[in-house]
Amino acid sequence: MKHLFRGALLAAAVAAAPLGAAYAEINELKIIAPAAPGGGWDQTARSIQHVLQTDKLVQNVQVLNVPGAGGTIGLAQFVNGSKGDPNVMIVGGYVMVGAIITNKSPVNLSMVTPIARLTGEYEAIAVPANSPLKSLADLVAALKADPQKVSWAGGSAGGTDHITAGLFTKAIGVDPRKVNYIAFSGGGESLASILGGKVTVGISSLSEYDAQAKAGKLRILGVSSAARLPEAPDVPTFKESGVDVEIQNWRMIAAAPGITAEQKQALSATIDKMVKSKAWTDMLAQKGWANTYLSGEAFDAQLAKDIAATQTILKDIGLAQ
Amino acid sequence: MDTFAALSQGLMVALQPMNLLFAFVGVMLGTAVGVLPGIGPALTVALLLPITFKLDPAGSLIMFAGIYYGGMYGGSTASILLNTPGESSSIVTALEGNKMARAGRGGPALATAAIGSFVAGTIATIGLALVAPTVVDLAISFGPEDYFALMVLAFTTVSAAFGSSVTRGLTSLFIGLALGLIGIDLQSGQARLSFGVPDLLDGVEVTTLAVALFAIGETLSVVAAGARADEIIEPVKGSVFMNKEDWKRSWKPWLRGTFLGFPIGAMPAGGAEIPTFLSYALEKRLCRKPDEFGNGAIEGVAGPEAANNAAAAGVLVPLLTLGLPTSATAAIMLAGFQQYGMNPGPLLFATNPDLVWGLIASLFIANGMLLVLNLPLVGLWVRLLAIPRPWLYGGILVFATLGTLGANPSLVELGMLLVFGLLGYVLRRYDYPIAPVVVGLILGPLAEQQLRRALAISVGDPVVLFQSPVALTLYALSALALFGPLLFYVITGRKAPVGGDED
Repeated sequence: MKHLFRGALLAAAVAAAPLGAAYAEINELKIIAPAAPGGGWDQTARSIQHVLQTDKLVQNVQVLNVPGAGGTIGLAQFVNGSKGDPNVMIVGGYVMVGAIITNKSPVNLSMVTPIARLTGEYEAIAVPANSPLKSLADLVAALKADPQKVSWAGGSAGGTDHITAGLFTKAIGVDPRKVNYIAFSGGGESLASILGGKVTVGISSLSEYDAQAKAGKLRILGVSSAARLPEAPDVPTFKESGVDVEIQNWRMIAAAPGITAEQKQALSATIDKMVKSKAWTDMLAQKGWANTYLSGEAFDAQLAKDIAATQTILKDIGLAQ
Repeated sequence: MDTFAALSQGLMVALQPMNLLFAFVGVMLGTAVGVLPGIGPALTVALLLPITFKLDPAGSLIMFAGIYYGGMYGGSTASILLNTPGESSSIVTALEGNKMARAGRGGPALATAAIGSFVAGTIATIGLALVAPTVVDLAISFGPEDYFALMVLAFTTVSAAFGSSVTRGLTSLFIGLALGLIGIDLQSGQARLSFGVPDLLDGVEVTTLAVALFAIGETLSVVAAGARADEIIEPVKGSVFMNKEDWKRSWKPWLRGTFLGFPIGAMPAGGAEIPTFLSYALEKRLCRKPDEFGNGAIEGVAGPEAANNAAAAGVLVPLLTLGLPTSATAAIMLAGFQQYGMNPGPLLFATNPDLVWGLIASLFIANGMLLVLNLPLVGLWVRLLAIPRPWLYGGILVFATLGTLGANPSLVELGMLLVFGLLGYVLRRYDYPIAPVVVGLILGPLAEQQLRRALAISVGDPVVLFQSPVALTLYALSALALFGPLLFYVITGRKAPVGGDED
């Protein structure tokens, strides 16, 4: 009976939410950016802070940086220290999914309350302009001939770039353990190694390669999105080149574990309002981030799918048991 | 001359009163955060980004440039006066600079650092304006095998920082190398020596180790010595400013430091630390009074300080010409560019010339402003050393702790600061040099990663290491650095006049 009553109340809240009156106002919010200032998660947290405050959705928003270990240190602090606190949120992303597995983190994303996926970037494979590889088909042929001869430059081992390289190799029927992956610590360094022809291909988010491609120094062979991207309309997707891989390096916001359904509802409604505001749209455009907003059960399902797929591929690459 | 027209146009932009104000705010902020260990220019610019969002692009980029150069200045001030390196690139400065400060020569040390930074910054900025496209081609052609050879050169010359005994120096170096292994291995993604502590997964922060070994270790030594300490710190002995001999001994190291710093800074994996090591080693070899090294040789401040500032300008070469951010600060500046809808990259010079040249011009302005601000302050800064010892060291402790915790508010970080502080005390107590520990922590992981990258690309064939002419040249230089003095001895039958104090 009680349960039913709460359900009815929730339904009422959902129905009333667009009117903006039925959920509690949030006056204060602390957002944990589980990374050092300047990186993607930090910028996401600060963009959220900016929009929530300028649009007066939340009076006072603070960003707290807790850097380290692919976000798992910030996540651990959040899970252990914010239980039931409706005024704290954490920013995270796909990189965290992999880091939790490879770092054998004691906390994971099932211990937080995911609210929404906000933005995302797609992965791109690039070669220097003078490379003999002209298309993804050439790359596939080279990988099938000898996967070890194809060196891939990307970010740290086990990160999104490495996972994408593994998925790509597996999808064309080559052993993903044979991926000759060269990890670089910064985008600049890996880009230099691609431009200098030190490695066969580079793999990273499209934005890393875009400027070089426009200047004719790099050729982008393919992107990991479902459909072609507006910023690179001439670049085919992996899928249309016959490689069944689709991956998005997304960023999300999550609430603390153990909050009530009403509290979750209030936070979701606030984020929903933010995403639909002009200030947020402008912010995304200015940063060059795609709007890949996904919330509620659809996001929960996508998250579960991503976690399962990541677990499998990290095992296949040999980075996780 | 197209370049000069563009540059003077840029100077016009930078010299507008409002932009001068931005430059002023930038250098003041930069100096302040440079002094604080742990908190650097990257963090400051990152925190300012959302605030500057609404400002005029030229103004905020000029302010960022001021913060960037200011941070380098501030780092050296803390190194010299307090023996607390504020930035990893000013660690070497602490070696001789602090010795000078204790002997009442803090004034000349600060002055040679400030003027050397100005000279190097100016020459390197001119270099940035004139030869950026040529330098960047060279920098890009460096592969992992060449970087590895550069690290080998750095390792072989680092013995200059060993002090009196090679065995003790090597012991310290190996402690640093071991510390460098802590954390997630970049190539395999596996944790090493982290003992299940998640905070150790990212490894040991260089500034934490440096501040602990230098500042906290020293504070503990002073406390342990108690009333028995007979060393007296003299704030000022002789002139506060540089005398004629100081000038004579400084100008060549400034230039040599610049020519080491700029190209290495321009390399995507070069950084600002390696040129300071090389410069220190080079000056020690070339110095006519090598015994002064370790006791406050002005060359040991002038060279490395010039080198780190030239490297700071060098970092902007790949950023502006290719859009490659090769340091944390450069990465943030890139974010700053993107905030204004500019895409740094090969086309930036073509699409936004006034901004690029405005930025380069503002580097000149920031540099000049730092000199004007800092030189008159030298007299004031050195008075810091007149503070009674308990207060001074109490202050240093607070300062070191705040800086480290400000950058990363974590208990484990604080614990590391204390443990490494104790290590610093023990090393001092038993007369082991501390600089090689930090050098090992910086160079070890770099050398390892580059070696493994080179071997992975060649699928395990070690021949790749000796194929490139650049690498071979660097190995030849390493051999010269190692065996040169010995050869000199064999040929001339007398002891090498330089660098031969190891025995």
